[in-house]
Amino acid sequence: MSFTPTDYLPYDFANRRHIGPSPAEMEQMLALVGAKDLDALIDDTLPAKIRQKQPLEFGKAKSERELLHHMKRTAAKNKVLTSLIGQGYHGTVTPPAIQRNILENPAWYTAYTPYQPEISQGRLEALLNFQTMVSDLTGLEIANASLLDEATACAEAMTMAGRVGKSKAKAFFIDENCHPQNIAVMQTRAAPLGIEIIIGTPDDLDAKAVFGAIFQYPGTHGHLRDFTPEIAALHAEKAIAIIAADPLSLTLLKEPGAMGADIAVGTTQRFGVPVGYGGPHAAYMATKASYARNMPGRIVGVSIDSHGNRAYRLSLQTREQHIRREKATSNVCTAQALLAVMAGFYAVFHGPEGLKAIAQRIHRKTARLAEGLKQAGFDVRPRSFFDTITVDVGPLQAAVMKSAVDEGINLRRVGDTKIGITLDERTRPDTIEAVWRAFGITRADKDYTPHYHMPDKLIRTSDFLTHPVFHMNRAETEMMRYMRRLADRDLALDRAMIPLGSCTMKLNSAAEMMPVTWDEFSLLHPFCPKDQAAGYSEMIDDLSAKLCDVTGYDAISMQPNSGAQGEYAGLLTIAAYHRAKGEGHRNICLIPMSAHGTNPASAQMVGWTVVPVKSAGNGDIDLEDFQAKVDQHKDNLAGCMITYPSTHGVFEETVIDVCQITHDAGGQVYIDGANMNAMVGLSRPGDLGGDVSHLNLHKTFCIPHGGGGPGMGPIGVKQHLVDHLPGDPNTGEGAVSAAPFGSPSLLPISWAYCLMMGGEGLTQATRVAILNANYIAKRLEGAFDVLYKGPTGRVAHECIIDTRPFNDSAHITVDDIAKRLSDCGFHAPTMSWPVAGTLMIEPTESETKAELDRFCDAMLGIRAEIKAIEDGQMDPENNPLKNAPHTMEDLVKDWDRPYSRETGCFPVGAFRVDKYWPPVNRVDNVWGDRNLTCTCPPMEEYVEAAE
Amino acid sequence: MKFTEEHEWLRAEDDLIVVGITEHAATQLGDIVFVELPEVGTTVSKDDEIVVIESVKAASDILAPLDGEIVEVNEALADAPATVNDDAMEGGWFFKIKPSDLSPMDDYMDEAAYKKMID
Repeated sequence: MSFTPTDYLPYDFANRRHIGPSPAEMEQMLALVGAKDLDALIDDTLPAKIRQKQPLEFGKAKSERELLHHMKRTAAKNKVLTSLIGQGYHGTVTPPAIQRNILENPAWYTAYTPYQPEISQGRLEALLNFQTMVSDLTGLEIANASLLDEATACAEAMTMAGRVGKSKAKAFFIDENCHPQNIAVMQTRAAPLGIEIIIGTPDDLDAKAVFGAIFQYPGTHGHLRDFTPEIAALHAEKAIAIIAADPLSLTLLKEPGAMGADIAVGTTQRFGVPVGYGGPHAAYMATKASYARNMPGRIVGVSIDSHGNRAYRLSLQTREQHIRREKATSNVCTAQALLAVMAGFYAVFHGPEGLKAIAQRIHRKTARLAEGLKQAGFDVRPRSFFDTITVDVGPLQAAVMKSAVDEGINLRRVGDTKIGITLDERTRPDTIEAVWRAFGITRADKDYTPHYHMPDKLIRTSDFLTHPVFHMNRAETEMMRYMRRLADRDLALDRAMIPLGSCTMKLNSAAEMMPVTWDEFSLLHPFCPKDQAAGYSEMIDDLSAKLCDVTGYDAISMQPNSGAQGEYAGLLTIAAYHRAKGEGHRNICLIPMSAHGTNPASAQMVGWTVVPVKSAGNGDIDLEDFQAKVDQHKDNLAGCMITYPSTHGVFEETVIDVCQITHDAGGQVYIDGANMNAMVGLSRPGDLGGDVSHLNLHKTFCIPHGGGGPGMGPIGVKQHLVDHLPGDPNTGEGAVSAAPFGSPSLLPISWAYCLMMGGEGLTQATRVAILNANYIAKRLEGAFDVLYKGPTGRVAHECIIDTRPFNDSAHITVDDIAKRLSDCGFHAPTMSWPVAGTLMIEPTESETKAELDRFCDAMLGIRAEIKAIEDGQMDPENNPLKNAPHTMEDLVKDWDRPYSRETGCFPVGAFRVDKYWPPVNRVDNVWGDRNLTCTCPPMEEYVEAAE
Repeated sequence: MKFTEEHEWLRAEDDLIVVGITEHAATQLGDIVFVELPEVGTTVSKDDEIVVIESVKAASDILAPLDGEIVEVNEALADAPATVNDDAMEGGWFFKIKPSDLSPMDDYMDEAAYKKMID
């Protein structure tokens, strides 16, 4: 029997997998929003003059299978050697259970930053474990929940020293034994802030001349030193002491806190997180309790919920850029949550005994390696070391390096005559013998009596990781269930839509994620020879070319490893351009009041003065005010930072005028790429007049949010700025991150997305994102007021609904609505930003009509409950909104509320069988900030809470 | 007692001026969780940002109302920031300043004018 082939394309990734609504659903949705077809809706929404002329064209889109094949071939061009380069990047063994249950588990990697604590208790506990681990290992009282990388953590520590130090000195001292990339990034950070950098040996430190100093421990070439005397000298002059420490070495070595250090920073990469050609991994920072309020980054703290039960939350948020703007402790926003969770679990997995055993084995191997070299007559330094030695080989450097590569090993070139070797958890006897052979030594790695090659006074004497969580039974069943229990407490994309405005929580597809853990991508050292990373180069070049096409820019720098970091890098690029033109005095930056808090925070980091610009009544930039401010600051205008479409979710027609006015006054235009998901394929920031933009690859280009990081914020620039992009952190100037390409092991995700979508697929995604937002706006119309629409009554890819009237009519706040949405099984939209008392909803293209409808039904159900309060049918205080979220505990306890259990626990939208139960009631923010605890609470408190 | 447009109250005590924020301001800020006070002995100029008040959702700067030297701060607020909410006008004071120039006092509001401003 013959058949007619159907026209269904089962492997069309864009339309079958990535984009949520089916063609039939789109028809219904278009009918509701009142548009003839998708193109008509887009024509209605985007003003003609901002549309791009040529369609996006990337050739034929690949299927998932084709993509993975293509990825394999590209990956094969990377050569996986054993890198013993060290310099802050170490081989590590990721416990398979952590790889499978965390890194490759969407319950963990698709979660958002835990700003809604009631539905984030799992990862908050995991991050608290991380903080406790860092605090214990460093011997300092309080740690944050990670920073972007060790080099930026050093820079953050330097500026923090400036905030907390009482010394009036203007200079900062850097130990010459710091890793080169740490020095480079601190130099970049110091310059615009007017901090003079002094680099030298700790012996040369003049404590009077500096407000702070940083030492590397162990030093980049392996040196161990007790910094107690230097720190005492600094303290005598009221200066701040910082130690950049390898946390694994601290299981054996005297901890920074015991030396009197005020701040410790470092990377937890070697706690089970693959090197990944430079990242992502979690850096840490710890400090004394009295400096907690000056510490940058997110800090998890312990509080109680409305029933007095223990609950976790993010503490001290008022320090952060989203509240404090240009006065914030830092522009840091995204951290490295997923990687911090992994590192924390690595410590839970091994416990203090395991970590110490790993460190001892590495030390013993290093000692054997050194002994073999010494016996063969080589000059091996330093005498005491942990895992790193430096060998003087005179004129043989090139020959030994080459023989090592032939043996499959990368060593570190140090100066013209020396070679650095750093061993790690992956080092085997074979590796040591291969290194020896590279040095011309033939011998077997046989038994050897272990003893510490460390001074007795530097051996650690204090306990660490004493909390019970680090002493659980470490059977994999137990570990697997612990990870599962924590994951189950959280609401991530694997359960429900996360309609956070400005966050673009779209699908992170399995095919995009798979290559991330392949050895060819995950095992490369960032400073390995270039020819070993040919696959990476090919991918980075092709992805950069595609991103240039998408944005209308001429070049991309992949170095910034978060959106805020991209802003900072972009502004530095502009500042360097002004300087090169002899206009380095330009230091005024215009920023609309509605801008994201990172914008003003980034501007102050490059030493600029922020001048806020008003918003007009319709949410657009007030053009009159903008022109007036430009005129007023004409001679000193560095530029402006705008977001497009605006943070109000509207495509402003005036954007071209804003760019023109800025350029006419000699300024440069920074267009924040946060809302790029409304533009891809339809409009290009480079065409509108932008000179620089960052792209949030973790929003628009599918890198998952990881529960608060990793992020990736590459910047695109026009041709005239290309020479001023960040330089190589190991060899160049102007570096902003530790590694040349930021967090490159994430790039396969964005590249896979582009390859599987094709130009048309990416454009279709934008169209459907706009359709989904307009569908929600239309469905909620009447029940809620939608603030800010374009002249034709359309919203862009997100919409803001006004909940302020309910405060007057029913004493219901935006918080009450957000917490009630948890009962419905949803993550709340973005709260109170950019307008206080409102909700900003961004559905993305990946949500189906059914899920959009469930969300709209839930919102309308909540509106009905508010109405019942307004009408006096529900108690104004004791009602489901005020008592939200409801836990299973509420359900089974005595019920004394004036509404039914059913009403409380199963509101419209909640699943009956697959009901998501928030694990705690509403978290008390005030209690948490007044009673700051940022490490795992002692066991007695667990017992008390259970009783 | 005098009041500033920034919702500070100023009360003369011998040759010193005691400064705090008004009940109205404390209510607007919500539950205060932390007050960062200047160091005793600091010389300040009018309009310097010398105190940071943190609630859970906001951080606000308090400006020096006068030129002068900080001679005493309310140490009790370190452990009990809620005092600012509970007793803004008495126990919740922030600092005492020894003014070097009292002339701005004439420009500040009296209680009636302040009440009118917040209405």
